[in-house]
Amino acid sequence: MFARGLKRKSSEDAEDADGGVAGLPAAPSYTLQRQSLLDMSLVKLQLCHMLVEPNLCRSVLIANTVRQIQEEMTQDGTWRVVAPQAAGRAPLDRLVSTEILCRSGREQEGEGDCPLPDPAPGQAPRRPQSSPWGLDGSREGRGGFQKSLDHIFETLENKTPGSVEELFSDVDSSYYDLDAVLTGMVGGAPTGPGLPAFAPTAAAPPSSTCRSDLGELEHTVEILVET
Amino acid sequence: MVTLRCQLGWAKGMPGSLTETDIGPSVVSPLDRVTPPSCKRQMMGPLSFITMNWGACPGHTMVLQPSERHNRDWSHGRLGPWCSPTGSPAPLSCETGCGEGSWILVCRLLVPTQVSLLSMEEDIDTRKINNSFLRDHSYATEADIISTVEFNHTGELLATGDKGGRVVIFQREQESKNQVHRRGEYNVYSTFQSHEPEFDYLKSLEIEEKINKIRWLPQQNAAYFLLSTNDKTVKLWKVSERDKRPEGYNLKDEEGRLRDPATITTLRVPVLRPMDLMVEATPRRVFANAHTYHINSISVNSDYETYMSADDLRINLWNFEITNQSFNIVDIKPANMEELTEVITAAEFHPHHCNTFVYSSSKGTIRLCDMRASALCDRHTKFFEEPEDPSNRSFFSEIISSISDVKFSHSGRYIMTRDYLTVKVWDLNMENRPIETYQVHDYLRSKLCSLYENDCIFDKFECVWNGSDSVIMTGSYNNFFRMFDRNTKRDVTLEASRENSKPRAILKPRKVCVGGKRRKDEISVDSLDFSKKILHTAWHPSENIIAVAATNNLYIFQDKVN
Repeated sequence: MFARGLKRKSSEDAEDADGGVAGLPAAPSYTLQRQSLLDMSLVKLQLCHMLVEPNLCRSVLIANTVRQIQEEMTQDGTWRVVAPQAAGRAPLDRLVSTEILCRSGREQEGEGDCPLPDPAPGQAPRRPQSSPWGLDGSREGRGGFQKSLDHIFETLENKTPGSVEELFSDVDSSYYDLDAVLTGMVGGAPTGPGLPAFAPTAAAPPSSTCRSDLGELEHTVEILVET
Repeated sequence: MVTLRCQLGWAKGMPGSLTETDIGPSVVSPLDRVTPPSCKRQMMGPLSFITMNWGACPGHTMVLQPSERHNRDWSHGRLGPWCSPTGSPAPLSCETGCGEGSWILVCRLLVPTQVSLLSMEEDIDTRKINNSFLRDHSYATEADIISTVEFNHTGELLATGDKGGRVVIFQREQESKNQVHRRGEYNVYSTFQSHEPEFDYLKSLEIEEKINKIRWLPQQNAAYFLLSTNDKTVKLWKVSERDKRPEGYNLKDEEGRLRDPATITTLRVPVLRPMDLMVEATPRRVFANAHTYHINSISVNSDYETYMSADDLRINLWNFEITNQSFNIVDIKPANMEELTEVITAAEFHPHHCNTFVYSSSKGTIRLCDMRASALCDRHTKFFEEPEDPSNRSFFSEIISSISDVKFSHSGRYIMTRDYLTVKVWDLNMENRPIETYQVHDYLRSKLCSLYENDCIFDKFECVWNGSDSVIMTGSYNNFFRMFDRNTKRDVTLEASRENSKPRAILKPRKVCVGGKRRKDEISVDSLDFSKKILHTAWHPSENIIAVAATNNLYIFQDKVN
């Protein structure tokens, strides 16, 4: 179903299907394609901040696509939404909402009824891309991605503008590095050994599997979030 | 000195046709009589108009004088042909097209571009400029991209709006018994700047001047009225003719300056004298500040007293006479914007029942509402949705199900919706599925990811009914547009392109090949030009004349007439 929309990247896809990570519904290429679609969608949503007045319909459709992917990934277990210290947030409910992903919705509001502070949305995506990507970039990339999203959740829960700035200063701005995202480094391809061809960049993928990484990251992020 | 330009690029090479060497600036004399004397001579650029009548010999060319502009108001005089047809009318060979006869290019109108004053007034080889103007689309600015096309209720007038906020109205030439073959030609009637770019200081955002929609009001007196809208503001324009002017004032001198009262000894009563026809457009109402989001549709009610404007989340009802108030009749904005998952994409009033309207959504649903039921029509009377086909499910399913246009049939019994890949006809009495589904370009289904990447998947195509509701038409990529005959179930793909449209020739049906083997005249899916999209088309209310907007060109086609 998904493969209809995407070209197959390489014939190695089929061969490595058996060697793929256990628990995934299909060949790793499906996961990869889904991941790249997710990345593309997030980039598109961010790009919409830079437009004059973004098209709300387009933003909503892209955000819905992102939600759909996240829902599926959550069901797969490949998406670990870190439950923060704030109680009562079920992972599914706390999927990235349109509001978060598309700040233009808030800008278009122009009304006073929006209770959430506007954390200078222009800043985050346009932050200078200074962090260098090393060899372990893809591994950190995924953690960075999670971290960024959770910080965004925190922001919205928080409602105090002061802490927002602080939070965003801690955010790994490399997430917003368009080049990094476009080259597939962010959200790091869950590649295993022998599948370097799928990562569009030259960075060497980590050798460990995706799941153990996530476990580690989850722990790390929990610590970070609590600060 | 007004310099005329001619555009004959695609008449070249045809036997008996005029080539560019036949017509040059030396042959033509400026049509001074057309220019209103009070206008400042500021050239804006050539507006060329080529007519190739299906019955006549090619070479019948009409060139319009470059339009003049006084400050911001455009006033066009009536412009007429300056050269007569060469050769004698030839009979037209006939081929069957879509059951309605075949389609022939009537005229191709080039929207004027901004040409610098310098190049217009210098004595340079205008033919060279003409060639490059025709061949090289980069000369056309983005402001010339046509963003809406609409016939009025009689089909006498055709209005186009563009990205630069201008409205150009074409009028059909009157039929004359001597020259029956000239039926169907449209000449420029009026041009005016409807909307200007604005800046919203509160949000630090620009408001585009692009005309999103034009809707005509039915004619009630000698003047014509239309509504034009950009993202935020709707305007009611009155287009009227003036063919007399008062002359004989003696209080002002020739340049309009007041004379010294001491020099005036008599008082003359002005006399109305005939003048060259002037068409002027004046804004009569401005309906502003009612929409937070971008207006995507306007629709005149059948009571002719009210109209509605729809943006992404709300629909407002207006009275034509009242500009400082509007009624909100639909509001789908959630209390928490985080929960927003659906937006309004199009809306239209029922053609006969002034209490009924429909609106479509980005989730592929249509809601029919009755304004008698409640003041706020958040609860629909009918809900049209087709169940999803599980075999076609993908991550793009929702995006391609988003409805880009909804139109009532003239009878009021059906509605037609356009989503990314199909056109559907619904019976108002059956909500659970459409009665007809037509595939516009199903070969794109395997390309959805690329189309998502380059944003083409968000293109909003419009769809139209013909006057008798028997044929529906919509656009596609590569300057293709499609027609579906609902009765015979035949369909045809045609192309609006000057390279392939030869004068006198009937439009050849096109075909896109999906498989490996490509036949001679077919075009493969990978060769399609996705930057050439036909989003806006219009069909004459009673005759088989269609207007197709291809980027900055407007094509008018008609079928063969006995």
